[in-house]
Amino acid sequence: MKSHLQAWLPRIVLAPSFLLILLFVYGFIAYTGYLSFSDSRMLPSYGLVGFANYERLFGLRHWKTALNNLWVFGLLYIGVCTVLGLFLAILLDQKIRGEGFIRPIYLYPMALSFIVTGTAWKWFLDPGIGLESIMHNWGWTSFDFDWIKNRNYAIYTVVIAAVWQSSGFVMAMFLAGLRGVDSEIIKAAQIDGAQSWRIYWRVIIPMMRPVFLSSFVVLAHLAIKAYDLVIALTGGGPGRATELPSTFMYSYTFTRNQMGVGASAAIIMLIMIFSIIVPYIYSELRSEKRS
Amino acid sequence: MSQSNSSNPTAANRRVWLRALLYAVLLVFVVYYLLPLYVMLVNSFKPLEEIRGGNMLALPHIWTFEPWKAAWSSAQIGVQPTGLKPYFINSIMMVVPAVTLSTLLGAVNGYVLTKWQFPGHGLVFAMILLACFIPFQIVLIPMARVLGILGLAGSTPGLVLVHLVYGLGFTTLFFRNYYAAFPTELVRAAQMDGANFFQVFWRILLPSSGPIIVVTVIWQFTNIWNDFLFGASFADFDSIPMTVALNNLVNSSTGVKEYNVHFAGAVLAALPTLIVYVVSGRYFVRGLMAGAVKG
Repeated sequence: MKSHLQAWLPRIVLAPSFLLILLFVYGFIAYTGYLSFSDSRMLPSYGLVGFANYERLFGLRHWKTALNNLWVFGLLYIGVCTVLGLFLAILLDQKIRGEGFIRPIYLYPMALSFIVTGTAWKWFLDPGIGLESIMHNWGWTSFDFDWIKNRNYAIYTVVIAAVWQSSGFVMAMFLAGLRGVDSEIIKAAQIDGAQSWRIYWRVIIPMMRPVFLSSFVVLAHLAIKAYDLVIALTGGGPGRATELPSTFMYSYTFTRNQMGVGASAAIIMLIMIFSIIVPYIYSELRSEKRS
Repeated sequence: MSQSNSSNPTAANRRVWLRALLYAVLLVFVVYYLLPLYVMLVNSFKPLEEIRGGNMLALPHIWTFEPWKAAWSSAQIGVQPTGLKPYFINSIMMVVPAVTLSTLLGAVNGYVLTKWQFPGHGLVFAMILLACFIPFQIVLIPMARVLGILGLAGSTPGLVLVHLVYGLGFTTLFFRNYYAAFPTELVRAAQMDGANFFQVFWRILLPSSGPIIVVTVIWQFTNIWNDFLFGASFADFDSIPMTVALNNLVNSSTGVKEYNVHFAGAVLAALPTLIVYVVSGRYFVRGLMAGAVKG
């Protein structure tokens, strides 16, 4: 009897956590999925309406703006973070004196809340008191930088603040990758007479493929989830110019009383993230099993 | 990387210049990353007229602590002139139990998933892992209802539950990967000596779990303290966390925009996680890495 209990004990111990996740993650996904096919407005309602919510969703101008913004924001955010992170990691890998001082400074924004980051950049980019006014103060009176108030450019200020927050993290990932490169390979290339930048371009950077992949996965999923930063920095404005799927979902569900449409937006976000994450986790777990 | 032909004087000269350039570029980026923090700090010590009329990058002419006092205890947030203090306390009351519980459960889960594997453990782990990455918009509607049914709507215990559940994935991942590298022979040997499930965990694994506990606690603390979405969705006055209060302070549409108070408030909201980062940055980075690159 006792040994029987012992055999089941591990599963019993794991069960509460697993049940919580089963219910609060997968059960909730199923529930939201159901609502996305329902006629829910202010409150959940269970009458099915087929794909009507999805049809409405993709007919809405705001949703198109949100998808378009996500595309622009995501592409620039991932691209700039990766290039900047790799660049800084390579620079820091040149036996820099004071690396222990510089590295933490590049990385500390990652410890901050997006609300703090948003507040700092909101006022720093404000033409009235921030960068534009500083330049005027220094005598460059024709300097013009009102992107945060400009419908066409506001989304780029979200990129600026988000890159500031995350690029140090990408740098740290690449630096760890560079430190893992076998020095014999570099020596062999040097003996062949190759120049430093050529060694990086031809030999070392191609070896960073796993780091490129994992930083892409992390950044892409952060981009799709991005919410707090937009709320703090622009509040989705001016107008609806910096709307993202995350802010769209929130406002349609909780302030515009169109829960069915909001639920379908959440489902689209989930599909976007899972189409990146699921293959990644699958291949990671498989390679782990093999080794 | 050293060049093989550095004996050549012009090449040596070039190297010195390259080095100088390298340090200059690194320094430019030091300035770039520090700039927003500098702007927040400097302007939080200025009277308001100095920000509106002056230069944001300049040091204060008149140093004042008034913005800090206002941000902490008298600024208008929502409808009440309470300052950020009650919300700071709300955040602490939420973070401490949420971090403790999710770390404890994560440790036990990691232990079971590595040392007591059962049929289907791989699938269970994959499902727990996948839960780390869902967009939280997908759970907002049902969560609001469940919190209502449980009588936890708008309360700190409700937020603790939310953060516990959605933190479990990462805490389990951290401990699972850490314990996977722990020699199973030691566990088997202890079992031979008659140690049971809990004794093995308590006597063999836990004593050597120091580093991963620190990593997990820091990760959870940072994430939960910095959360905005759940706080904005599920909190009432008694439970509104610091991030939501800061956003209300900064984006309240009424009255004069008190930039200096906003900056002081932002620093107050950032302080706990910044202190943790400064004190134990090494572990913070390890958590980030473990969350991104598994194993």
